Amino acid sequence: MTIDRRTVTQLAADLRARKVSSVELVRACLPRIEASQSSLNAFVTVTAEQALAQAQAADRELAAGRGGPLAGVPIGHKDLFCTAGVRTTCGSRMLENFVAPYDATVVARLQAAGAVMLGKLNMDEFAMGSSNETSYFGPVRNPWNTDLVPGGSSGGCAAAVAARLVPAATATDTGGSIRQPAAFCGVTGIKPTYGRVSRYGMIAFASSLDQGGVIAQTAEDCACVLRSMAGFDPRDSTSVDIPVPDYLAGLDAPLAGVRIGLLKEFFDTGLEADYERHVREALAVFERLGARLCELSLPNIPRSVPAYYVVAPAECSSNLARYDGVRFGHRCRNPRDLTDLYKRSRSEGFGAEVKRRIMTGTYVLSAGYYDAYYLKAQRVRRLIAADFERAFAEVDLLMGPTTPTTAFALGAKSADPITMYLNDIYTISANLAGLPAMSVPCGFVGGLPVGLQIIGPHFAEQRLLQAAHRFQLETDWHARVPERCA
Amino acid sequence: MALTRAQVEGIAHLARLELDPAELPQYEQSLSRIVDFIGELERANTAGVAPMAHPLPGLAQRLRADEVTERDEHDLYQRNAPAVASGLYLVPKVIE
Repeated sequence: MTIDRRTVTQLAADLRARKVSSVELVRACLPRIEASQSSLNAFVTVTAEQALAQAQAADRELAAGRGGPLAGVPIGHKDLFCTAGVRTTCGSRMLENFVAPYDATVVARLQAAGAVMLGKLNMDEFAMGSSNETSYFGPVRNPWNTDLVPGGSSGGCAAAVAARLVPAATATDTGGSIRQPAAFCGVTGIKPTYGRVSRYGMIAFASSLDQGGVIAQTAEDCACVLRSMAGFDPRDSTSVDIPVPDYLAGLDAPLAGVRIGLLKEFFDTGLEADYERHVREALAVFERLGARLCELSLPNIPRSVPAYYVVAPAECSSNLARYDGVRFGHRCRNPRDLTDLYKRSRSEGFGAEVKRRIMTGTYVLSAGYYDAYYLKAQRVRRLIAADFERAFAEVDLLMGPTTPTTAFALGAKSADPITMYLNDIYTISANLAGLPAMSVPCGFVGGLPVGLQIIGPHFAEQRLLQAAHRFQLETDWHARVPERCA
Repeated sequence: MALTRAQVEGIAHLARLELDPAELPQYEQSLSRIVDFIGELERANTAGVAPMAHPLPGLAQRLRADEVTERDEHDLYQRNAPAVASGLYLVPKVIE
């Protein structure tokens, strides 16, 4: 008995029909996770005892004909969501021993929906990275080829879903951290509109960009999990008070007449030819389904990456100022004085990439540079958002590649930060504009998954999920499983 | 624009980071690369464009009533502190 290839939707139905118990599922998942750790390293913490207790509770609810929409379904959480009483590390030595005193809203809501937490998933340190190589707990490896990275920062989430260790996982996306690893691992991921999912209890990186979402096997599963996560939360002052539609309803609606824009800037010289071929084939599928395609140009898009690498580090340097070695987190030994305590605790607790981003942010916010970099980047951010607004006056959805290439080798891009940053060249703009975006598997190049990116206007999650679902009814890329995990 | 070693040390101090002298050249080089890269923004024509701090247009910052809504979780929160005594956080002596 394993979760094998069953989706969240199938598992929830089987649990409700009492074809399988949650305890059976959890007992099947745990040894598989354990066995995968040496090769994939997808988990930072496995919460076996707690999972079994939650599964027993879910089984009792189901036996009594009760239980939420996800009753008994095992899932994983990115180790950036606070989990009460369970270590929450954010992939950092700084929080190696941090036990969250409360649950993130996302965690509490999924628990209320009946989901069972199997553990906390590995990630780039403080979500800063595109390859999962910056994790203090070691890199995650790509289930399709363990010499390759799974992408990042939600690399553990994408690898765990790809290897069918969990049917779905929560994840977060600040510049592509859901979509890029989903593309690299051949799974489906959605980053909702900024403000759609509560950030309460989500360890902050860049607060005007961070957004929680889902990585799963299918768009239908993303809809199913997102439905239980999303919605207004008074504890997050940027949470938006707009009702959450039933993402599952209308998933089958036809795509006839839907206008899809191809972003010219996303089909640039950096895009691998075979990757592009698969993306264009995917677009042809949408055309066959009745959608109308047109090409669009958003001239400010190429400035997304430099604008992001001002805004995100600036916000990071402010957010990470809280790690002072006093109230929680790592503290150095024998500090001489308070400044020494701050400096050595932070230097020992943070890895090189986090330090680099803190310093970049400190620089762009410092006297004499604030206008030239920070305010300038915020102005460019508005130009990028305005480009999208104009585009969505003409089309319903934008589509293009998620990444310029398939997954790369461990160590291949870690020497130069700019090379690494440019991985997110197609994903970053949606964060700057706060737009919902997905990555959907749409082919393979040399045995490695290719991702189709779908971007929509604010709060159009349902439209994205519907388009992705219709595509997945026509194709089976999302159902492929790495041989070693089958 | 290349950052000098003194500039990198200055930034590290502002950020309350202590860099190992052996690591300094690496940060000097990578931060200079980043500053060059983001310097490209200078060429964007942003005349008359207001800075954008929040991605959702037209949504004002929400306020709440000034009421106590949380319980005192002092002990729970201090369980994560590196050093506490009598409910206080301990730090090296600040005033001689």
